[in-house]
Amino acid sequence: MEDKYEPVIGLEVHAQLLTRSKMFCSCPCIYIDSEPNTVVCPVCLALPGSLPVVNKKAVEFVIMTGLALNGEIASMAQFHRKNYPYPDLMKGYQISQYDNPISLGGNLTINVNGHEKKIGITRVHLEEDVAKLQHINKDQSNKYSLVDVNRSGVPLMETVSEPDISSPEEAREYLLNLRSLLQYLGVSTGNMEDGSFRCDANISIRPKNSSDLFTRTEIKNMNSFRSVYRALEYEISRQVQVVEEGGKVVQETRGWSEERGITISQRSKEFAHDYRYFPEPDIPPIPIESKWVDELRTHLPELPEAKRNRFIDYYELPSYDAALLTSSKTMGDYFEKSMNAKEIEQDKIASKAKSISNWMLGDMSGLMNASNMDITDLKITPSLLRQFTDLVESGTIGGPAAKEVFEEMFISGSDPHEVANSRGLTQLNDKDFLEKAVAKVIDTNEQAVNDFVGGKDTAIKYLLGQVMKETRGRANPAIINTMLLENLKNKSQN
Amino acid sequence: MTLPLYELTIHDAKDLLDNQMVSSEDLTRAALDRIKQVEPSIKSFVTVTGDLALEEAKSFDQNPGVLPSSNLRGIPFQLKDNICTQDILTTCSSNMLSEFIPPYDATVVEKLKHSGGIIVGKGNMDEFAMGSSTENSAFHPTHNPWDLERVPGGSSGGPAAAVASGECFYSLGSDTGGSIRQPASLCGVVGLKPTYGLVSRYGLVAFASSLDQIGPITKDVRDCSIVLDAIVGHDPMDSTSIATVSNCYSKSLKGDVNGLKIGVPKEYFEAGVDKSVLDCIKESLLAFEKLGATVSEISLPLTKYALAVYYILAPSEASANLSRYDGVKYGYSYKDAGSIWDAMEKTRQNGFGPEVSRRIMLGTYALSAGYYDAYYVKAQKVRTMIRDEFSSVFNDYDVLITPTSPSTAFLIGEKTEDPLQMYLNDICTIPANIAGIPAISIPAGFSNGLPIGMQIMGNYFSENTILNAAYAFEQATEWHKMRPSL
Repeated sequence: MEDKYEPVIGLEVHAQLLTRSKMFCSCPCIYIDSEPNTVVCPVCLALPGSLPVVNKKAVEFVIMTGLALNGEIASMAQFHRKNYPYPDLMKGYQISQYDNPISLGGNLTINVNGHEKKIGITRVHLEEDVAKLQHINKDQSNKYSLVDVNRSGVPLMETVSEPDISSPEEAREYLLNLRSLLQYLGVSTGNMEDGSFRCDANISIRPKNSSDLFTRTEIKNMNSFRSVYRALEYEISRQVQVVEEGGKVVQETRGWSEERGITISQRSKEFAHDYRYFPEPDIPPIPIESKWVDELRTHLPELPEAKRNRFIDYYELPSYDAALLTSSKTMGDYFEKSMNAKEIEQDKIASKAKSISNWMLGDMSGLMNASNMDITDLKITPSLLRQFTDLVESGTIGGPAAKEVFEEMFISGSDPHEVANSRGLTQLNDKDFLEKAVAKVIDTNEQAVNDFVGGKDTAIKYLLGQVMKETRGRANPAIINTMLLENLKNKSQN
Repeated sequence: MTLPLYELTIHDAKDLLDNQMVSSEDLTRAALDRIKQVEPSIKSFVTVTGDLALEEAKSFDQNPGVLPSSNLRGIPFQLKDNICTQDILTTCSSNMLSEFIPPYDATVVEKLKHSGGIIVGKGNMDEFAMGSSTENSAFHPTHNPWDLERVPGGSSGGPAAAVASGECFYSLGSDTGGSIRQPASLCGVVGLKPTYGLVSRYGLVAFASSLDQIGPITKDVRDCSIVLDAIVGHDPMDSTSIATVSNCYSKSLKGDVNGLKIGVPKEYFEAGVDKSVLDCIKESLLAFEKLGATVSEISLPLTKYALAVYYILAPSEASANLSRYDGVKYGYSYKDAGSIWDAMEKTRQNGFGPEVSRRIMLGTYALSAGYYDAYYVKAQKVRTMIRDEFSSVFNDYDVLITPTSPSTAFLIGEKTEDPLQMYLNDICTIPANIAGIPAISIPAGFSNGLPIGMQIMGNYFSENTILNAAYAFEQATEWHKMRPSL
């Protein structure tokens, strides 16, 4: 039934900016570990008589983001007052931008199931965060709310997408890409769990291949990438059901309930939404000269797409590897630090890159997922990973032993040499010892030897297994193979 | 006959201090004694900080060496009660802030403290600076020192009355549509609204951000320039404050107006202005001509729209500026509400007086969807036209001279029932706020024992020119020396 409809989704993302001070005052932006109401001043408390002064760095961050999203940068940063009463809004209005956002238009490319799609960007603008309310419900008769003003005035960048998103997968991909972009630019942590990166969705459905639009709802309170996905999935099926049952979707704001897995209609506020925007008289428009924009453009860091292409060209990585390794800035940085390409001969770069990529995308990612860790939590430093792959490539550790060493490094962050040595996992390279082992196996396995000499090539596998058993797995199978072949050749010639 | 100390100007007091004829304590006691004597009938203060002032004065007297070299050192002053003072009540004459004690000083307060000034208290005003008679104070009206039955004007009625009656040597007011000049006119003192952006607004409780400006209220023009010297300057805390061009206004007072080109816009002399006021200003213009200035009648046809523009823009900005008073953070808070929304609504219903509520409603309406373009946007366009009209006139004229107020002080209660009549009081002063140009009101005569003020407007940042013109007139007349008998 759902195949009859397609969703039309637009996302609004609010990202706290990584400036040192707040949007309009000199209070620091880092408040997470502070006692409530300690990172405040007359300005962010909205004491009578206080005035806002724009943080230019925040304007710069929005210009950079606009540039990275191929937007058009305004010639003036003009702020407006957005009026609405709410206990978390200190001034009773939010200083935001209205008809002249810092960046207009643009797009962000996403990749879902191998298909590239450009999601249009409507605008990127700058505003301020509000205070945080804490609702205390001790019991029915003792309910109250507390206001923590620390967050008030933290610069907030709002990125609004066009309604170009047609599935929860695309929405997730868009968010991941946008977050990665902001991280690359160094303008936001992109952390959704702590609220520095927030997403609201506008969603409607329409009959497939039609340009009709049904009424949309706005979904709030999605606090992780997973909840965005789940909330949209739920909301689509809810709207389909409403329409299929002959009803009409009501335009409203709905909150996602993580516990119940549904969206719930939020009672409309006691006032109509007329924000009565007007130009902020306390802040004269700030000219954005093209010289300033050009300067910022020149200093933009390498962005995900460019990095992905460079990984493909320079490290000769498959595009799959390159895409995963550049999915976050930290991942790409880790890879490049591990490579330390300057120290490697040109003709060995590709093989080294593939080796590091394999370990990062294989065992490392697996272990990180299993323990719910992020790459920034890793105990294995890039330099240790490189040393580890060196050991593997030189044959000092191999196969199952390598996995064991890697796991130990993951847990303890130890040096791979030490782990291998202390656990006796280095490969045996003592030629005499190995020759003795090979001779012994040949002597005690007459049947298999005869089989091989008689033309049954696979018999050598059995013999190889016996040598590995004899050496408790520490021999290099390739070397043993060669030695066995040599010995058996002698045998057949005799 | 020697003048009582409280009647001294700043520059007289400074001379006596410099010659060690008086101490700062003497001056402070003189002001405080005067307050004790006349305050019961004038009621120009919301808060008197007597003990603090005496303590400061004594410490200045004991440590003369640490005083910055300033014209204001050791001299007591008052501040309008919408200018934030650290640890001193700042009420805006509103029940909403009747117990509000700011944790910080306004930039102008910092500057005056740095100059060695001594705060004797905070001046009464129309609630949140909305009004022209100081009758909108939530606490009490202020009385005109020249006739206690009459209003002192407003909204800086407290400061003007305090200076006129000698309760302080000078005061700072704020002027959004005439709130410094009109009460100065009605109380027979000097009041200057500087060019928008010349004086920092940081710490001035906002009424209409694009119009508000702090300025001095003093006994004469020299004092005005001395106080202006101390309070101007770029403030990194106020994005609308401009890099200052000058702070030597007092030094450049020459009193020479020979060749000064005075424009007299006829629209300011039309219907609604009392004959006594018209006659007084015309006589004053003759005095200027005698001093060598040329006087020409000109026309500013857009003037008639200024009042309408003002009553769109000022309430619009006010409606947002006053949103923060919701009972959540500070100030009055209604306690018996059923919900947060109920609490916010009742807080505002009870906390604001009728004039403030009226303007919040006007502004909210003007900004509402569907009305915004017709009111706010149109008013902004007309504002630009008014600005341009002034600018073009200043190509040909150095200053413009008009009455400050259409009438002398009116009776307490006379206009409270008719807001529109009250609004018309500011018809001559509002255009300067709309354009952002500087304007001063100085004493120019009397009618039936009540002072009449003359307004001199100048081009942007031409405070030097208008102060100099005012000073020349003052030197040629005796009006500024008149004191009410109390």
